Amino acid sequence: MTVIDENLVPATPKETGGVSMVLWQTALGIAILFVWQGASGRLVDNFFISNPIDVGRRLLEWTLNGSIFLHLWWTVYATMLGFAIGAVIGAALGIWLGLSNFAARLLNPYLNALNALPKVALAPLFVLWFGLGINSKIALAAVLVLFLVFLNTYAGVKQVDQDLVDGARLMRATRVQVITKVIVPSALSWLFAGLRVSVPYALIGAVLGEMIASNRGLGYLVQFSGAQFDTAGVFAVLIVIALLAMLLNLVVDLVQNRMERWRVVSR
Amino acid sequence: MIDLRHISKTFHQRDQTIEAVRDINVSIAQREIVAVIGPSGCGKSTLLNMIAGLYAPSSGAVIYKGKQVTDVNTDVGYMTQKDNLLPWRTVRDNIAFPLELAGVPKPERKARADAVIRHVGLDGFENRYTHELSGGMRKRACLARMLLFGAETALLDEPFAALDAQLKLVMHDLLLKLAAEAGQTILLVTHDLMEAVTLADRVLVCTRRPAMVALEQRIELKRPRDVLNVRFTPEFKGYYDSLWDRLRLEYKEERV
Repeated sequence: MTVIDENLVPATPKETGGVSMVLWQTALGIAILFVWQGASGRLVDNFFISNPIDVGRRLLEWTLNGSIFLHLWWTVYATMLGFAIGAVIGAALGIWLGLSNFAARLLNPYLNALNALPKVALAPLFVLWFGLGINSKIALAAVLVLFLVFLNTYAGVKQVDQDLVDGARLMRATRVQVITKVIVPSALSWLFAGLRVSVPYALIGAVLGEMIASNRGLGYLVQFSGAQFDTAGVFAVLIVIALLAMLLNLVVDLVQNRMERWRVVSR
Repeated sequence: MIDLRHISKTFHQRDQTIEAVRDINVSIAQREIVAVIGPSGCGKSTLLNMIAGLYAPSSGAVIYKGKQVTDVNTDVGYMTQKDNLLPWRTVRDNIAFPLELAGVPKPERKARADAVIRHVGLDGFENRYTHELSGGMRKRACLARMLLFGAETALLDEPFAALDAQLKLVMHDLLLKLAAEAGQTILLVTHDLMEAVTLADRVLVCTRRPAMVALEQRIELKRPRDVLNVRFTPEFKGYYDSLWDRLRLEYKEERV
């Protein structure tokens, strides 16, 4: 239907708009760096905001001696593992409760209470349970992801078009077939929406865990730099964390586009 | 084949009660094509849903081949008014869906689906997604899927309502040919009187909600029918006029 128009019409204005926009965005970035550098030590004490040259030097130094990669790897590891564990449990829980009215109603008040609880407050408990090592960071990331993915998957299962389910049942689909071939694929875009919003939360969980008790990872590094009154170091780590977050979002986008080709075409 | 024994259906929504179907008592023979006609929203779809076992009647019973329908009736192919193709599947995978559910191996599935796809004129669109098709093509895909499911009874809910007049004729022709080949029993719900007389052996005129059978008319036009020209015969006009005389009463009241 609309496929042809979408390929033809917006192509030209969008593309030229896109290129010039990238130029504007780059210009804005450079301008901010200049203002930052200019303000530092003149308008605001260098102690509070450091300056781009020092931050850049710190990044270069860490990159050259390789220390940043060790911290980066620990954070990425905790984030990804926490994300995976939280996503699997959240999706499974969402599908299960989405299908079972009884279980959903039974667990409703408890899940609401747990969801309302700031999960970050669980961090000390996880340190007690899982120790000072990476496991407590994975657990914190997983819990943050779990609820987001669960709520989205649950909503997705509840939203399934009953006509599609009835149609499949009339064509002699078994209960399992209805779940695997209708309900799960239909809820997939909701699940992805959940995965997508939870990626930054996995990172938050991992970094926060590292800030609370750790001797490795970006969270540790930001905490350590702060404790040393090393503002340039803090800014340097923040930049690394921001880049990591953007990279993770990009990966989720790529996976989603691959798995939901039918939806991509319709956009 | 299908016995509707004094079935009624009343829906309770919050504090509202809606009586959709009242005391319909009809028998449909094997290989018969029956058209149910009546104003939009009169409860015709509810009738099909009860035969498909998706709703239970409030009173009375649906008997299918001697057995009361109490659960989803998997002996019927049901083509709903809104197409229920799976949007994440291609046309071929949608049409082959009933075979996939039955555990038919992939190469055979593909071969059989492609044969039906050619039959309904969807060749060249096998790998498209459903939203890339026009309304008429989606209807044809639903029809193809129902054919592949191979049910002995077809329930069709305003199957061609969204199509233009010419395409409708093409689809009527296709439907009659395929039904004759497969020996299917067909219950067709429509609000198009021309369509009802063209296709059916018997037409039931329904009243406005709650749906009751107001008139039952046998259509003795000989088969195979030429859907293009049958409408210009005097017999056709006779049936059309007598049915319209009854049907228009249902619309007259609506104008008040």
